[in-house]
Amino acid sequence: MLTQIRAFFAQRQVLEVETPILSNAAGSDPHIECLQTALADGRRCYLNSSPEFAMKRLLAADVGDIYQVSRVFRQGEQGRYHNPEFTLLEWYRLDFDHFALMDEVEALLQQLLPEFPPALKLSYQQAFERFLNLNPLTAAVAELHQVIEGLPVSAPHFPEDESRDSLLDWLMSQGVAPCFPLDRPTFIYHYPASQASLARLSIDDPSIAERFECYWGELELANGFHELLDAAEQQARFEAELQQRQVQGLAQPPLDYNLIAALQAGMPACAGVALGLDRLLMVLSGAEHIRDVLAFSIERA
Amino acid sequence: MATYSTNEFKSGLKIMLSNDPHSIVENEFVKPGKGQAFSRVKVRNLKTGRVVEKTFKSGESVEAADVMDVDLQYLYNDGEFWHFMDAATFEQIAADAVAVGETSKWLKEQEICNVTLWNGAPLSVMVPNFVELSVTQTDPGLKGDTAQGGTKPATLETGATVRVPLFIEEGEMLKIDSRTGEYVSRVKS
Repeated sequence: MLTQIRAFFAQRQVLEVETPILSNAAGSDPHIECLQTALADGRRCYLNSSPEFAMKRLLAADVGDIYQVSRVFRQGEQGRYHNPEFTLLEWYRLDFDHFALMDEVEALLQQLLPEFPPALKLSYQQAFERFLNLNPLTAAVAELHQVIEGLPVSAPHFPEDESRDSLLDWLMSQGVAPCFPLDRPTFIYHYPASQASLARLSIDDPSIAERFECYWGELELANGFHELLDAAEQQARFEAELQQRQVQGLAQPPLDYNLIAALQAGMPACAGVALGLDRLLMVLSGAEHIRDVLAFSIERA
Repeated sequence: MATYSTNEFKSGLKIMLSNDPHSIVENEFVKPGKGQAFSRVKVRNLKTGRVVEKTFKSGESVEAADVMDVDLQYLYNDGEFWHFMDAATFEQIAADAVAVGETSKWLKEQEICNVTLWNGAPLSVMVPNFVELSVTQTDPGLKGDTAQGGTKPATLETGATVRVPLFIEEGEMLKIDSRTGEYVSRVKS
């Protein structure tokens, strides 16, 4: 698989890079916890949960199109589709938007997997309308609660004041994704602006973000962005996430000001995506559990 | 009050849900992409045996159930309660019909049983998978009928009735599978 991936990018003249696994900063995403370690002088270091920030600093240094196969680490994520240490394939393409990059993800999958019919591509709103008969952007919170109750899966306790995004996340993973076809990838694009993460907002409609995800059946394989270039906006989003972490009583990791500085210096317009290679191997081999595609899963590592 | 966080969930863990003790049968980690993580568990109600599915947000905590399994010696039945004794401390514990249930028909005095205690009170009683019991009543066997052929009912010392081969006679010791209630073999004395 790695040989094929490297051939794919070599043919497209995308440069393979390596960035550090240890970082002085950590992501502020309230739903991702970084593993920590310490240097001999007591300095705290974080194991990266994604190579994104470091790769963007390279982009800002005008390195051009790049890709990386890298080990990443996430605290507490262990289960059928999760191992605390896993492998991401991450790549960035200059002057691509999210649609062009979705096409490239599909082309790569066509190369790595047995032939499949053209991918299903739906906007976030279309997917909710098709499978749950619900408009995710305008539906009232009460309506979201109601639809959650109607799903066949047991839901956790969502209080009245649960955030809209949290309810939508649940509906996406438990109501929408299980309806995706099993014989081809499904791409979902144009997430609500509140779930933009590191994607830019649409110029035509600032209520949506130019972010996409790629699923195989209900399994998420990849997450991509038409990348946000605005340093001030990025810093504001990080700080908002830190604030959310504080409300939830989570640790306050040091922000990556090197990334902010790189954005300030100017990063070229690009789209980037991260694809979970262990999960892709699961699709390829039909494995039921991620440990079946790892040499030694965390229980035996 | 002890509690468990979702990241301590594993099969066999005993937790309290809607005021009943439950045992976790299966725990699945669910995490949608950029969203919050969840634990989806299958739990068995230790009182009713019913298995249900529950979902918790990661980081939520659940009250621990004070449930433990102990090996106790069965002493006697006083008509209402079945009395057990801890062979080490000689402490005695009485179990009611709800806790003993169907197991009562396999309970032989002196037998060591596995008793599940909830807050110190018996919740359920398990006998070994194979118990040895003597036949107190059965019709006389027919000569010549050996390994194959029909079966007949036999009453055992605990009062249970099982189907046994025709050659079994009163007073014989039998090995019975307590899970299925089936005859396994004769026990040579």
